[in-house]
Amino acid sequence: MSKKERKSPEESPSRRAFLKKMGLAAGAVAMAGGGLGLARALAGDGKTGEQVRVMTTDGKVVAVDSSAIAERTASEMASEGREGLRGKKFVMVIDLSRCRNARKCMLACQDHHELRPEQHHINVLTMQDSPQTAPYHMPKPCFHCDNPPCTKVCPVDATYKRQDGIVLIDNERCIGCRFCIAGCPYSARVFHWHHPLKNSPEERARPYDVEANVPQRLGTITKCLFSADKVRLGELPSCVSACPNGVFYFGDVNEDAVTNGTTKQTVRFSELIRDNHGYTYFEDLGTLPQVFYLPPKNRVFPFEESSEETIEE
Amino acid sequence: MEKTKTLEQIQQDAFHPIRTHRFAGKLWIRFLVLLVVLGVFSYVTQLRDGLGITAMRDYSAWGLYIGHFVFLVAVSLVGALVTAILKLLNISWATPVTRIAEMISIAAVMFAAITIVVDMGRPDRVHHVIVHARLQSPIFWDVFVINTYLVISVLLLYIPMIPDLAMMRDRLTDVPAWQRKMYRMLALNWKGTKEQWSTLKKTIKVLLILVLPVAFAIHTVTSWLFAVTHRTGWDSTIFGPYFVSGAFVVGVAAVIVAMYVFRKAYKIQNYLTIHQFNMMGKLLALVSIIYLYFNLNEYLVPWYTEKLLDMAHLKELFIGHEAPLFWGSLVIGMILPIVLLLFRRMRAPRPLFFIAIAVVLGAWVKRMLIVIPTQFHPHLPIQNVPDEFMTYVPTWHEIAVTGLTVAGVFMVITILARIFPVFPIWEVAEEHGVPQDELHKNE
Repeated sequence: MSKKERKSPEESPSRRAFLKKMGLAAGAVAMAGGGLGLARALAGDGKTGEQVRVMTTDGKVVAVDSSAIAERTASEMASEGREGLRGKKFVMVIDLSRCRNARKCMLACQDHHELRPEQHHINVLTMQDSPQTAPYHMPKPCFHCDNPPCTKVCPVDATYKRQDGIVLIDNERCIGCRFCIAGCPYSARVFHWHHPLKNSPEERARPYDVEANVPQRLGTITKCLFSADKVRLGELPSCVSACPNGVFYFGDVNEDAVTNGTTKQTVRFSELIRDNHGYTYFEDLGTLPQVFYLPPKNRVFPFEESSEETIEE
Repeated sequence: MEKTKTLEQIQQDAFHPIRTHRFAGKLWIRFLVLLVVLGVFSYVTQLRDGLGITAMRDYSAWGLYIGHFVFLVAVSLVGALVTAILKLLNISWATPVTRIAEMISIAAVMFAAITIVVDMGRPDRVHHVIVHARLQSPIFWDVFVINTYLVISVLLLYIPMIPDLAMMRDRLTDVPAWQRKMYRMLALNWKGTKEQWSTLKKTIKVLLILVLPVAFAIHTVTSWLFAVTHRTGWDSTIFGPYFVSGAFVVGVAAVIVAMYVFRKAYKIQNYLTIHQFNMMGKLLALVSIIYLYFNLNEYLVPWYTEKLLDMAHLKELFIGHEAPLFWGSLVIGMILPIVLLLFRRMRAPRPLFFIAIAVVLGAWVKRMLIVIPTQFHPHLPIQNVPDEFMTYVPTWHEIAVTGLTVAGVFMVITILARIFPVFPIWEVAEEHGVPQDELHKNE
């Protein structure tokens, strides 16, 4: 897993407030040497004397004794990954008037979840609802439906909805029947037809993090996870923070607060949706999507068909 | 049917193919083994490299394998139709056909199960379906009902065969020792006492009734794998009866093909007579008309309402890429057979054989058209994926693995027909007027 991006020191107060609200203030979050990623603080007396620099949830770098750091074991990650974050209910808001098809979200996502170039957890679609209406770009992640048709059809409970609303995949349980692909009306699911991108024996041997679905595995499903591993740390999902144009908001509907990934402004979810006529996609299917769209009106720039170059960069 | 044959003659006719294997039969088995070897090679490649060696991708996530699975499940339903429905209705002409129908059922349902495992991305986790079973998923019901149907079908082949097995134990002494031992064990010490007969007939009756709901369930659940999704072309309330009625069509046609082959190869034209073919031809016409009615509903109603996605899908079938296959399967596999079968001359063994082959092939293509094209019409447009994601043409590996399952079905039927009589001796003897207590008189 790649090292977590460092928070910029000039974060806005609202961003910090959001992080505090969301974060598991369980002490230090370690960036242990090998980058094996998530860690948690342990209370212990047997100090080793070896100091390790770690970053706290509010962005400070502090030194702690190495005995205070333990990597989360695979079984801990698995059981925590099934339960989700208590008292949270995550939503995403996508402002279509701001999307100019920069596709930074797609690249950040592929990087975070170790996807092949043709695999998209989030896909920026070019949409035109009817010949008279204007075309627009529509980033489409998994909608993390409250009534998900995909989890209903899964025969082994490999895909499931957590108490915090996130729909995850357990690729150590998935049998690869692809019924969920058939079941999802939004084409949000991706299958590993080929060996995953990172497939060396060492990469395969990493402990499985269900919240990032890493390492990916041949013959199983993957899809957008709202970057559940980052959300656990109080960070925004990869796509949200990668967007240069302020398209994405992410937050907790229980707190009625969503934070814009570009401006780091936190706003009221209900006001944002009400004032901009937010909607969900195909709500008549009864899936209750938890990704809301703001319509592409009063666009901040004209629509342009993207060239291959803009996609590549 | 002329009812003048003695028990001796019937036995001789039934035992003959078990005693002697012809050269053509040996060649046939070698051909099947070759297909299996090719299929195994491709499947090993699939295990190593993943399902990427098939043409399936994220949009056409189900392809040849699943279409073929639906086809095999459909074929397997015929056991229930010919054995159970016709027998419970006391239709006596069907008696010599029942065992062929049961053998086809067993072979088809076995390889339906195998095809599903072949389609899995992680066949090493097949036990998860039991260990982590979830009642909400139609796949769990499918696994449950397929296995139940397999068990009942095996019992429906075996239990009515016990008196025949006893005859073979007593009379068929010129076969290898393992075969004699097998007959002795399978005959379960059958002596043909009054008590044994009454137990046997009661058991058969229970099984005949038991198999009916299971047979309907197996194909209804298979249709629900599609119907419970939000996809255009699958999101249909008549999918259950549509599939079941289609299954009877392909099943009856498959039995007719097998009847003709066995009649020629095993020289049993005195048992599978012109009368049987004539009646099977009428049955095929009847079930085809019912199926045509469901097709009318399935295609014309969405064509009338003109919902955008439905229209995109239907245009693809009616006048688009799939039109040759669609009209081919509909006209050659359904409408033309119905018309031809109205004429008695066409219900003679040879023309009926060719009509039945057209129906089977048409039905196979139809299953592909139900499974594959609809997946290219999702609610949201298909964008930013390689061109290979936009079409589906099965790869050679995929075809070889499917060929394995086809060969497997033929292999199981061939083997069963070489060690067991292909028509029920005691039931045919009874039709020929042999009294029950004479069937095993030499003990």
